[in-house]
Amino acid sequence: MVEVEWIVQHVLEKYNYWMSMFIIIIGLSACIIKENFLKKLIGLSIFQTAFFLWVVSLGDVGRNIMFTWGLKTQTPPILWKEAQEMGYIYANPLPHVLMLTGIVVSAATTAVALAIVIRIYQLYGTIEESEIIEKEKEFESRGVI
Amino acid sequence: MALQVIEHFPVFIVGLSMFLAYTMLLAGYLNRRLPFFMALAWNSFCLILSLFILEHVLTVGPIRYWQGGWRPPWGIEYVVDAMNAYLLVIVISLIILGLIYSRGNVRHEIEEKKHVTFYVLVQLMACGLYGITVTGDLFNMFIWLEIASLTAYALIAVAGGRALRPAYNYVIMGSIGACFYIFGVCWLYSVTGTLNFADMRLLLPLVYDNKAVQMAFAMIVVGIMVKAYIFPLHLWQPDVYTYAPSTISSMMASVHVKVMFYILLRMFYSVFTLEFIRHYIGLDLLICWVAAIAILAGSIWAIKQRNLKRMLAYSSVSQMGYILLGLGLSPLSPWGLVGAAAHILNHAIGKGCLFMCAGAIGQQEGLRDIRDFVGLGKKMPHVCAAFTIAALSMIGVPLTAGFASKLFLIVASLDAAQYSFVAVLLLSSLLNLVYFWRVIDQMYFAKHEGTENATEVNEKGKSLPLSMVAPILILASLCIIMGIIWLTDIPLPLINHILSNLRMGVTI
Repeated sequence: MVEVEWIVQHVLEKYNYWMSMFIIIIGLSACIIKENFLKKLIGLSIFQTAFFLWVVSLGDVGRNIMFTWGLKTQTPPILWKEAQEMGYIYANPLPHVLMLTGIVVSAATTAVALAIVIRIYQLYGTIEESEIIEKEKEFESRGVI
Repeated sequence: MALQVIEHFPVFIVGLSMFLAYTMLLAGYLNRRLPFFMALAWNSFCLILSLFILEHVLTVGPIRYWQGGWRPPWGIEYVVDAMNAYLLVIVISLIILGLIYSRGNVRHEIEEKKHVTFYVLVQLMACGLYGITVTGDLFNMFIWLEIASLTAYALIAVAGGRALRPAYNYVIMGSIGACFYIFGVCWLYSVTGTLNFADMRLLLPLVYDNKAVQMAFAMIVVGIMVKAYIFPLHLWQPDVYTYAPSTISSMMASVHVKVMFYILLRMFYSVFTLEFIRHYIGLDLLICWVAAIAILAGSIWAIKQRNLKRMLAYSSVSQMGYILLGLGLSPLSPWGLVGAAAHILNHAIGKGCLFMCAGAIGQQEGLRDIRDFVGLGKKMPHVCAAFTIAALSMIGVPLTAGFASKLFLIVASLDAAQYSFVAVLLLSSLLNLVYFWRVIDQMYFAKHEGTENATEVNEKGKSLPLSMVAPILILASLCIIMGIIWLTDIPLPLINHILSNLRMGVTI
C-alpha cells in the first residue's frame, strides 16, 4: 500500500514534472551527442520548449490533481464573477508571462544560431562538426583562413 | 531634489542605452561614421552619471528604483549598492576605451558595410551589461543576461572565417547555461513565489532545508559558471577569444565575464546567504578547490600555447579562478571578498590591455605566433612597453595592480587558516611568470634568425593610429596607478561600503 501511495504522490500527482523533465533530457542529450549543427540546435529548442512547458504547468495552483485530473479547479487568470462564486481558483498568470518573454529569447537564440549555421555552410560546405574541423586544418595548411 | 534625480540615473542609463542602439541603426543610414560617435558620446555621458551614482551610494546609501511605481514584490526593482556602482563604473569606462580602440581596429578586421551594425551590437551588449549590473530582480537579470549574450554571439561571428565554429559552440553552451540559470530561478519562484532579490533573501531561510532550493542553487551556479568560464566549463572560451575581433576579445575578457561573475556574487550574497552556503550545502571549501584547480590548470594550459591570443584566453581562465577563490574564501574571511572585488577591476584593466596589445600586434605586423615576435620591442615600443606592464600586473609584481589583489587573497587565505591556497597563489604567480616571460623575452631579448622575413613584414606594416595606442597606454598606466591606490587608504570607504551592503557584518 505504501508503494501505491508513493507512486500516487510522486508520479501521478506530479506527472507534469516527469513529462517535462523527460523531454528536457531528450533535448539536452541531443545538444551534447549530435555532431550535426542543425540537430544540436533542434535539441536546444526542444530543451528550451520543454522547460517552458514545465514552468507554465507551475501556474496550476488548484487542488489535488489526483481527484480532479486538473479539469475543474482552474479558470483562466481573469476575475470572473461566476467562477469565483462557484469556488474555482484562477491559475497563477506570472509563470505564463515569464515564459512569454522566455519564448521570445529562445526565438532570438534560434535566429542567431541559424544565421551562424548558414555562414558556416557557406564557408565550409558542410555542417557536420568533425568534417568542419578537418576542413579547418586543411584551410589552415593552405593559408586560406 | 538633487537626490531624487540621482535615483533615476540607473534606469536612465539602461533605458536610453537601448533606445540609442536603435537610433544608431537609423543614423547609420545617414552617415556610416555617426554610430561610433553617438556610442562614444552616450557612453561618456553614462560614465559621468555612473560616477554620480557611485558618489551617491557611498555618501547616502543604496538606490532603490521601483519601475512604474510598483512596489518591489510585484514590480521590477532596480537596486544599486556599492558593489553595483563600483562595477558599473568599471564596465562603462572599459566599454568606452574599447570603443576608442575599435575605431582603428575595426577597419582592419571587419568589412566596411558591417561597421554600422557592429557598433549597434556593441551598444546593445553594453546595454545588457549595464542592465545586469543595476537590476534587483531575478527574471529581469535573465533578460539582460540574454541580451548581453546574444549580442556577444553575433559580435564574435562578425569576424567570419575561423570565428564561426567557436561562435556556434558558444551559442549552444551559453544558451544551455542561461537556461540552467532560469531553471534555478523558476525553481526558487515555485518555492517562494517571488522574484525580487531582497524579498527572496527574507523568504528563503524558512525553506533552506528544501531540496528544491538546494537544487536551484546548484543549477544557478552551474549555469553562471558556464558563462563565466570557470575551469571545467571553459571549453567554449579559448577558441572564441582567439578568433573574435580583437575589440570584442578585449571587451569580453575585461567586462563581459566580470558582469557574468557578478551574477554569481549577487546570488551568493543577496539571494542566498553565506550561512546557507556554509551550513546547508557546505560548498565554500569545494568552491575554493575548484578555483585552485582552475588557477593552476589555466596557467599550465597557457604555457602550452603558441598563439598569443589563445595564451591570453587560457590566462583568463586562470584569472577567473582568482576571483572565484576570493568568493570561496569570503565566508571565512572578509579579505576574500575584498580580493575578489579588487581583482575584478585589476583583471579588467590588465587583460583588456593585453588583448588590445595582441590585436595591435596582429594589425601592424600581422603576427599571432609568439615565436615570431623576435625584435618586436624595437618596432612597436609603446605597445610592447604597455604589454610588459600589463603582464607584470598579471604576474603580480609589487606596485602593479595584480600585486594588490594577490596580496588581498593571500591575506584572506592566511586569515581563513587555509594555507594550501597560499601555496597555490604563489605557484600560479610562478607559472604566470613562465608564460608571460616567454613573450617578453621574444620581444626584447631574442636574436633575429630570419632577418629577411622580418624586414619584409616591417615594410608592409603601417603605424598604428593614435585611437588604438591611446587606450592601450591608458590601461597600462592604470595598472600602475591602481597598484599604488590599492595599497593606500583611498579605496577603504568603497571596500567598507561593499562589505556592509553585502551584509558581511564586518568592516576593515
